[in-house]
Formats: sequence, structure tokens, C-alpha cells
Amino acid sequence: MQNKVPAVRMRNICKTFGSIKANQHVDLDIYRGEILALLGENGSGKTTLMNMLSGIYFPDEGTIEVDGRPVVIDSPKAALDLGIGMIHQHFKLVDVLTAAENVELGLEGKLRMRETAARIRAICEQYGFDVHPDQKIYDMSVSEKQTVEIIKVLYRGADILILDEPTAVLTPQETDRLFKVLRNMRNDGKAIVIITHKMNEVLAISDRVAVLRKGEYVGDMETAETSARDMTNRMVGHEVELNIERPDPVDPKPRVKVEGLTVRNVDGILKLKDVSFTANSGEILGIAGIAGSGQKELLEAIAGLQRVESGSIAYIDDDGAEEQLIGKSPLAIQHMGVHLSFVPEDRLGMGLVGSMSLTDNMMLRTYREGAPLFTNRSGPAKTAEQVVHDLEVSTPSIRTPVRQLSGGNVQKVLVGREIVSAPKVLLTAYAVRGLDINASYIIYDLLNQQKQKGVAVIYVGEDLDVLVQLADRILVLCDGQVSGIVDGKKAKKKKIGKLMTTVGGGDKPDEDD
Amino acid sequence: MKTTEAKREPLIHISGRPPMRWSYALLWRLGAIVASILFCMLLSWLITGTNPIDFAVTVVHASFPDDPSLFAGRFWPMLHDLAILLMLSLAVTPAFRMRFWNIGAEGQTLAGCLAAGACMKLLTGTIPDAWVLPCEIIAAILAGALWGVIPAIFKAWFGTNETLFTLMMNYIAAQLMAFFCVLWASPKGSGNVGIINQSGAARAVGWFPTKFDIFGATIENDYLINIAIAGVMVILLFFYMVKSKHGFELSVVGESQRTASYLGINVRWVTIRTMILSGGLCGLTGLMLTAGVNHTINSTLAGGNGFTAVMVSWLAKFNPFLMILASFLVVFLRRGAKDLKSNANLNLDESFSDILMGIILFFIIGCEFFIRYRIRFRHRASAQPEKEVTSRA
Repeated sequence: MQNKVPAVRMRNICKTFGSIKANQHVDLDIYRGEILALLGENGSGKTTLMNMLSGIYFPDEGTIEVDGRPVVIDSPKAALDLGIGMIHQHFKLVDVLTAAENVELGLEGKLRMRETAARIRAICEQYGFDVHPDQKIYDMSVSEKQTVEIIKVLYRGADILILDEPTAVLTPQETDRLFKVLRNMRNDGKAIVIITHKMNEVLAISDRVAVLRKGEYVGDMETAETSARDMTNRMVGHEVELNIERPDPVDPKPRVKVEGLTVRNVDGILKLKDVSFTANSGEILGIAGIAGSGQKELLEAIAGLQRVESGSIAYIDDDGAEEQLIGKSPLAIQHMGVHLSFVPEDRLGMGLVGSMSLTDNMMLRTYREGAPLFTNRSGPAKTAEQVVHDLEVSTPSIRTPVRQLSGGNVQKVLVGREIVSAPKVLLTAYAVRGLDINASYIIYDLLNQQKQKGVAVIYVGEDLDVLVQLADRILVLCDGQVSGIVDGKKAKKKKIGKLMTTVGGGDKPDEDD
Repeated sequence: MKTTEAKREPLIHISGRPPMRWSYALLWRLGAIVASILFCMLLSWLITGTNPIDFAVTVVHASFPDDPSLFAGRFWPMLHDLAILLMLSLAVTPAFRMRFWNIGAEGQTLAGCLAAGACMKLLTGTIPDAWVLPCEIIAAILAGALWGVIPAIFKAWFGTNETLFTLMMNYIAAQLMAFFCVLWASPKGSGNVGIINQSGAARAVGWFPTKFDIFGATIENDYLINIAIAGVMVILLFFYMVKSKHGFELSVVGESQRTASYLGINVRWVTIRTMILSGGLCGLTGLMLTAGVNHTINSTLAGGNGFTAVMVSWLAKFNPFLMILASFLVVFLRRGAKDLKSNANLNLDESFSDILMGIILFFIIGCEFFIRYRIRFRHRASAQPEKEVTSRA
């Protein structure tokens, strides 16, 4: 492999954003017929590096060669002309158009939809994709949309493909299917780069792995010759423990009882249908489900942010007194100790204010307390210091606007604020969304600490590997219904995957046991 | 070899720079002002042959005359212009912080003028003279607040566009004003209200006092109260915006309504409350114009200050203290430009002052780009020592 001419040779690449050095003197080789995993923590510069390859950013310094020829990539079009295509985390598709129309969009020449469709079918057949050219995007699942994105770059003749965290939004089954397609493409001689921070995926799919740490290139190795532990250590820079603890539930007592909850969104679409479950104190209740199965609506309903059509949500106090949460204002529910930390895709939209400092963001929760009229920043400043210390937030100071922090650190601020406020019920959604391994483990630890303090933790997660290790019980949502509640200790990933796609998990529930 | 052939490399790179130290940024801005004035002088010299020195002297003398006999007639009106512009800039600021683009300060001010004028006209003689002014104060603030809160209510409940709505409210206020000007015209049919309570027993009823005893010395000044109000407002508004819970809430609403509702902030109420404040302050400014200096009503009383205030507020980055500087700058240049055209020696057309004003603002706003971004040229970007690369291999 060392004797081949690399498809892409990046040398001494530097890129700074303001005072942040996103990439420093990075060297990277990408070969054809190989799947390269680009591994690194949040803010280690993986996406930045690949964005420079796909023409979104222009490097401050350094050179890029494609097939041994020095090139200048100053636009995404220039990248595509060189055969480099990138599939971004957020899909760039027009919802009301069909797959074929989206693929054709932006290309020059005459519009011949029939030919386009035929070529798309040919691509699908070649690599094993499953998508209909005439299907509208809004009718598609996340995984199908991703397929369209991949076809889009293949259609434009790309033979160097970059995928930015492609599995973040997929179910285990869909991930398997994607990996199969990627292997087909590799065998066809394409160069593939997959950006990820999930260790098991690196091991499953890649031939070689390159590690970035804090914008610097740490090194690369054959995947076959390395281990998850070794890679993690290189990525983080020190030893990390990779097992998630699951202490036994502490004196579990019913804390939140949801019965027959039915919710419609503003468009009148049924988002939750007759959902019933009980969340206990001293326990982590995991919620699994394909994105958009009603997780958000469920948490928002409990937090009082969502109009409820029917059903009941009861908060049960230590002395057994029940109190109905439906009809209470979000503020009143907050005062009862029910805290919601929902990490949205953009990480800022709910719960944090980007232009405000860490201190002010802490104050968002508590500013109403104390003397009337004027705010007092000394308490929030202490909270901010505590969160920065406990969660190892890397920030220049607590006066820094949170927008200037990297995504992972923003998230620590958001989750940390809810945790330090000593809640009774902690609702958290996607708490580790996009977080690197180190930060994720800090969050798991903190959730476990909360659990041991007797807090009822409801954890909506995306990563099934984590859910089965962390949660005491897992509630699986499918299309707004409770598809099943399984014991975390005995749960099988495949079984949960089935429950996620079919209510009740299909006819043969014991197939995989 | 390994150097990039820069055939297609972009000529210039624009990249963000680390936040600049404020002292450094201030230097940039001052430099921009100086550069804009120099450019204006150069332009006038090239086009009209005006002596640049005469030019500068005229601009400065418009606000700071060297002739002491002109001082009272120029310096105090300049300060008063500044106070009015400053008041309106302060008024629109809370709304702007909430990302509620209130461009209806003009109309809200006229509503205040009209309410104050109506009280002065109709109440004098029917209630004790001493009560007229308090009635004016209440009426003017309420009228301004009403004019501000109507678009806020529509925005809060129906999601209407506040920019268009507040703009349209300006025309309604102006037409309403025109209607009453005809109704109360004196003499009838002139379309002109004239000075209200100018003479007779009711002289100066409902007017702001102009004579003050301060430490035994008697000072007579038409503008002093208005200037003092503006000064106090700067401090009050600073605390409201930076230190108060209300100010905190409205910045959260402006930044992200979703976050605000997640935190249990009542977004509708904050929107309405803030526009009551914003409109109310405009109404107060209307009162200052009618009861303070003009003692009459007409539809040009606000004189476009409501729109200029939008720019001043932005220029000062919503900071009340910086607004003093920004308003001063605008007023100073505006008065200077006006004198340029009235100065017969300079041979400048009246549109020329508008051009100059435009050039100056272009420079001031344009320099913000250089404060935020760095521009680098191609050759500097690709010049990189080779040895650093090899040492890392």
C-alpha cells in the first residue's frame, strides 16, 4: 500500500478561524481502493480538514495534490471536477423535488429526466443502493435521503468520497446496509473517507485509520493492527476507561407517571399515540427510536412545552402525593424540579443563547431569583466556574460567548447547567450528540451520579450501544407509540432495532436471541 | 516540487480575525472618520474648487462658532439636536435588542407631539394651569406607547412583519397630525396651528419652564430640560439594558425565541412590554419637541430623526453611552453640511451636503468590515518556510 501513488496528498495544511487553530500542519494521504476512517474528538479539525478538500474552505497554508498533481481547490465545483465529493452531516436536498431532480439540480446542459433516472438506477444496481428516482424527498426516511446525497456525488463522477459522520442518524440495520454499499464502492476502486468518532464503526468498516487531535495530525495505522483502546488513547492523548458503568438503581420509586398520552403537532399530525410508562427515581430510563418518532414531543410534553391532546402526566412526590403536570406552565414545572436539557441539531437553538457568555447562560435558569428588578451575576458566575471545572469545558474564560466554543463544549455547558441545578427529574435528549468519547464518558458519569442521588433520569439516545450499557430500562418508541419496554441488562441491540421499526418488534420476537 | 502553482489561487483571502482590542478598534473608527472628512474635502476641491481649509472651518463653526455672539445660537441648538436624536436612538434600542425592527420612531414621536399639543390646546383654561403639563406628559407617553404597541400585538399574536407595520404607522401618524393641523389651524384655513398659548393670560401654560435658579444664579435656557432628560435617560437605559431582568429577558427573546420559551419566558408579553417602553420613550421625545421647544404641532416636527436614530443605534452597537458619540457625530456633520450649502463663498449645491453625509456614513460603516475581517493577498499566504514541514514528518 505504501508504494501506491495516493489519490490525495495533503501536506502541511493549516487553517485558523480567528484565534482558533482548526488545523495545524496536517499531512494526510488518501488511497484508492481503501476506506480511511478519520478519527478525532470534537473540535479536533476533522470536518475542517475535509471541508478544505471539498472546496468549502481554502487552506491558509499547505498544498494538496490529487494523483500526484498539485491542485488548487477554491470551490466545491473545483473539488467535484477533481472527483472529490463530500456528503455532509446536514443534507442539502430540496424536499419537494424527487430524487432524480435533486441529483440533476445544478448540473449544466439539457434536462433529460429519463436519462438521469436510468443512470441513477444503474448506479443503484452497481453498488446496491435502494432508492427510487421518482420518489419525493419528503417521503423518504433519513437513510434514503443520505443515499440520495451519495448518489448525487457519484452521479457527478466523484471517485473520492468523504462522508461526515454518516451513521449519526441511522439505525443499526441502516448502518449495516450503508457499510455494505461503502465496501462495494471500495472494491470498485474508489477512495472513501469516513469521519467518525465511533470506535466500533472504525473497526467494522475502515482499512486504515488516521487520527487528529486538537487540530494536529497524530498518525495513521492499519485498522487490522490496532484496537479500540489504542485508537482512543491516541485520539484523547491519555488513557481512558471504555466501559460504561451501570450502578444498580437506588431505591426506585415511581416519580413520573405518563398515561395514555396523545399529542398532535401544530400541523395536526399525530406525534404521540397513547403513550404510557413510569419513570422511577434513582433510575435511568432510556428512550430509543428512529429520529422523529416522538421523542422530542414526549419530553416537551412532560416539560410543559407541548400542547397535549389527551392523557395524563403525573409527578409523584417523595411522600406519594400526585400532581398533574398537564396544564402547568413550563416555569411552574421547572420549579417542581423537572428539568429538560434538549440538545438540538444546532446545539444552540434550545436552551442556550449563543452571543451570551457562559455566566449569562447559567443565569438563564436562575435570573428570576433574588432581588427584584436587577440581575445578580455572582451566583451564575460560580455555577459557570463549577460547570467548566466538573465537565472539563475548554473555554478561554467564563465571559466568553458560548457561540465561540466548539460544539462539544457548548453541549457540556447546556447539559452541565441542568445537572448542577439539582433536579428531581432530568430529561435529556441527545446529551452526547456529536460529542467525542472523552466528553461522552464525562456525561455518562454525571448521569450516573444523578441517578445515584435519586434523580429520575430520562435519557433519549441515538447510540444503541450506549443505551444498552447505560439505561436500566429502555423504552422503544416507534411512530409515536410505545413499541416495547425492555430491561437494559438483558436488552439485545438487534431486538431494539426491530422494535424501533415495527411496533412490538414484528411477529417473531425471539428470532435473534 | 511541492510549491503550489498559484495560477488559480484566489487573489485575496478574507478571513475572520480574533476579536480586536477595543482601543485598537476605536482607532480604526476614528481613522475612518478622519479619512472620510479628508476624502470629502478632496472631492469638493476636485469638483467645485472649494478650498479644503474653508470647508473644514465651515463645518466646525456650524456647531462651535469662534464668534462668541453666535455661540448661544449655534452650540445650544446643536446640543438640543443631539438630545432629540439621542432620545430616539435610546428609544429604538430595546426593541432592536429584541430583534424587533421598530422603524416607526418617527410616527411614535408624532403621536406624542400630537397628544401633548392636544392637551395644551384643549385643556388650557378648563383645568388649573399647573395641571396641564402633567396631563401632557401622561398623554404623550401613552400615545407613543400606543403607537408602538399596536404592531407589537399583531406581531405577538399573528406573526406580522413589524418592519412594514411600524413603517406604515408612521404615515397614519403623519396624516392624523395633518388632519388636526387643519382642524385647529389659526387663523382658520391657514393649515398652521401656530404657537399655542403664545400670549395673554395663558401664556406659556403647558410649556416646559425655561428659567432655573441653580445655586442662586438664574439661568435662562430653552433647551436645558430636554438636554437633561436625554442625559438621565442614557443612564437609566444603560441599567435597564445591561443590569435589569427585563433587559436580560429581551436579549434572550431577541437571540432565540425557542430558547426563551424553553426557559419559561413569556415571549408575547416581553414583545409587548418592550414596545410599550420603546414607543413610550418616543412619545416622551414628542413631548419634549412640542412642550419643550416648538410649542406647536405639525407633521415635520420629528424631522426624520426617527429614521436617523435607527442608524445611530446600530452605529453605537446598542450601547447607550456610545450613542452619545454617534449622535454627536451625526448632528455635527449634519449641521456642518447644512452650513456648507448656505455659505455663499463655497459655491456648493444643496444636494452636495447629502452626498457628503453619504460618503461619511459609508466610511464609518465600512470600517467595521476591516475590524472584523482580515484581508490577505496571495503571495503572503503561500510563502511558508519549508523546514517546518520536514521537521514534523
